[in-house]
Amino acid sequence: MSEKTYLQALNEALRQEMERDGNILILGEDVGRFGGCFGVTQGLFDQFGEDRVKDTPITESVIVGAAAGAAVAGLRPVAELMFVDFIGVAMDQLFNQAAKMRFMFGGKAKVPMTLRMPQGAGIGAAAQHSQSLESWFMNIPGLKVVIPSTPYDAKGLLISAIRDDNPVVFLEHKLLYGVSGEVPDESYAIELGKADIKREGADVTIVATSQMVYAALQAAEKLKADGIEAEVVDPRCLQPLDSATILDSVKKTHALVVAHEAVKFGGPGAEIAALVAEEAVEYLDAPIKRVGAPFCPVPFSPPLEQYYIPNADNIVAAVKSIR
Amino acid sequence: MALSKKTLIHMYETMNKIRLFEQKLQEFFAAGEIPGFVHLYLGEEAVATGACAALTDKDMITSTHRGHGHLLAKGGDLKLMMAEIFGRSTGYCKGKGGSMHIADMDLGILGANGIVGGGGPLACGAALAAKYKKTKEVALCFFGDGASNQGTTQEALNMASAWKLPLVFVNENNGYGISCPQCKSMAVTDIADRAAAYDMPGVVVDGNDVLAVNEAVTEAVKRARNGEGPSLIECKTYRWRGHFEGDACTYRCTEELEAWMAKDPIPRFEAKLIESKTLSRKDAEKIKADIAKAVDEAVAFAKESPMPETSALMDDVYA
Repeated sequence: MSEKTYLQALNEALRQEMERDGNILILGEDVGRFGGCFGVTQGLFDQFGEDRVKDTPITESVIVGAAAGAAVAGLRPVAELMFVDFIGVAMDQLFNQAAKMRFMFGGKAKVPMTLRMPQGAGIGAAAQHSQSLESWFMNIPGLKVVIPSTPYDAKGLLISAIRDDNPVVFLEHKLLYGVSGEVPDESYAIELGKADIKREGADVTIVATSQMVYAALQAAEKLKADGIEAEVVDPRCLQPLDSATILDSVKKTHALVVAHEAVKFGGPGAEIAALVAEEAVEYLDAPIKRVGAPFCPVPFSPPLEQYYIPNADNIVAAVKSIR
Repeated sequence: MALSKKTLIHMYETMNKIRLFEQKLQEFFAAGEIPGFVHLYLGEEAVATGACAALTDKDMITSTHRGHGHLLAKGGDLKLMMAEIFGRSTGYCKGKGGSMHIADMDLGILGANGIVGGGGPLACGAALAAKYKKTKEVALCFFGDGASNQGTTQEALNMASAWKLPLVFVNENNGYGISCPQCKSMAVTDIADRAAAYDMPGVVVDGNDVLAVNEAVTEAVKRARNGEGPSLIECKTYRWRGHFEGDACTYRCTEELEAWMAKDPIPRFEAKLIESKTLSRKDAEKIKADIAKAVDEAVAFAKESPMPETSALMDDVYA
């Protein structure tokens, strides 16, 4: 066990899996000697060579489609898009091809591919390089959607994503690459679809994803000063979603706030709120509150961007409105 | 003619199998017995047949919305295909896919495709896998004239040439993207000219001449297997039916259709086979009769097969 950043944890997961399985290839723009746009694939080109760490043309459709085609033909590719925002030009290959092949073909194909994409605002990258698009992917049957918050989760979930026989969308947050935490040196897998309780508490459940897990934990500390103990649940995967852990927590705390950086309208919080409304409304003693980004593109100028990104104060305010 | 008699006869059988299969679909679609819609391959039989005859069972193809011919030429089973198109649980995809989504991984058929231009990126991946695993297999991407204008196709051509992938692009130019004639959708006359942009061979062949198609694809497959990279072969052909069954074809004239029907690829090939004494008239009649019987059996199999149970709906969403 040692202290590693989220980025190092991802890099280690890729390296250890590639050492274990010669059918794993990395495909993406500048993933080779350059080491990836944010540095996640650093050193892999030197270790595994250009046959396994492949710099592609700027051709997102073919990056995603070739990963799917190679996967059905027996490889286990890990594709990277520099920014999740670029999925727009490749979406057909993901949602009409990779996601549907197994079902359409009556179960006769396996599509073991992972698509890594950094998302999120906070680096002044503006409207086309800062979005959080998880709600797009969680609405597509056939895809799994993983959204890790901690270095420990990032490594264990990426290993599971790579080993999974389905197309897995793996959403990293670019502000988290530098976050450190304890990460075992050895390889380990975290089952996809298992939430993690990041903080226990009896008074309110805060379901938070990705970067918002940290905002929720900060909010919990602030709330503690006012005598409110928040439970922070990190689903870690949005598809499959660990409904049981969320419902159990709500049944204990009787109140729910959901926080994510994706746009609030139609975001994952809407699904989670609906789940609790359908399955556990009688346990609630207050309305469900959601914290998410406003319904506008991500702005550029720092004060606007900071205002746009949901934060701990927004979560505190949401909790205070019901507690 | 370097092809063996066995191969030639097999090609003749395949063309007739596609013809009779599609005619049977036409009949049953008109009778309202087939759900959804079908895109028939009638008139284009020489392309799939000539191309797939250049492949081994392990080579992989990506197909299109007009895919029945490709699948049959790659060895697809008549009964399983017919049952799938009839929406039965015994079909290739257990009734989950239908006409546009038939696949058979064991035969290297990575799927028909409902998205025009959807196959190119997938074929790049299949070719990449073959290259990486050093299997000497090749991938072959069928795509239409309409698909040649999609970004995905151009991106796939680029990636395949940049990486020298063992990939053969077979363009079926039937002159129309639904109703839109080629002259309105692109400035070039020959789609094969686009190969120059990717520094790969681009060849135009008569798509109604099965031997011409086979010769060009065989050469391209040889290049691909030798590690020399992809090729683009444009097969000029024509679809006898509309884009889909029920299409009134108001966008084209009878004279044009008749001129192409006069170039029917099957009698042309049959005449050559008879002239070279590869095939007797009697054998030809027997082949056709046997195939007609097999197609009828496939229909009977489909019609006797049960529809899928609703309990199967959620199967195979995930592995």
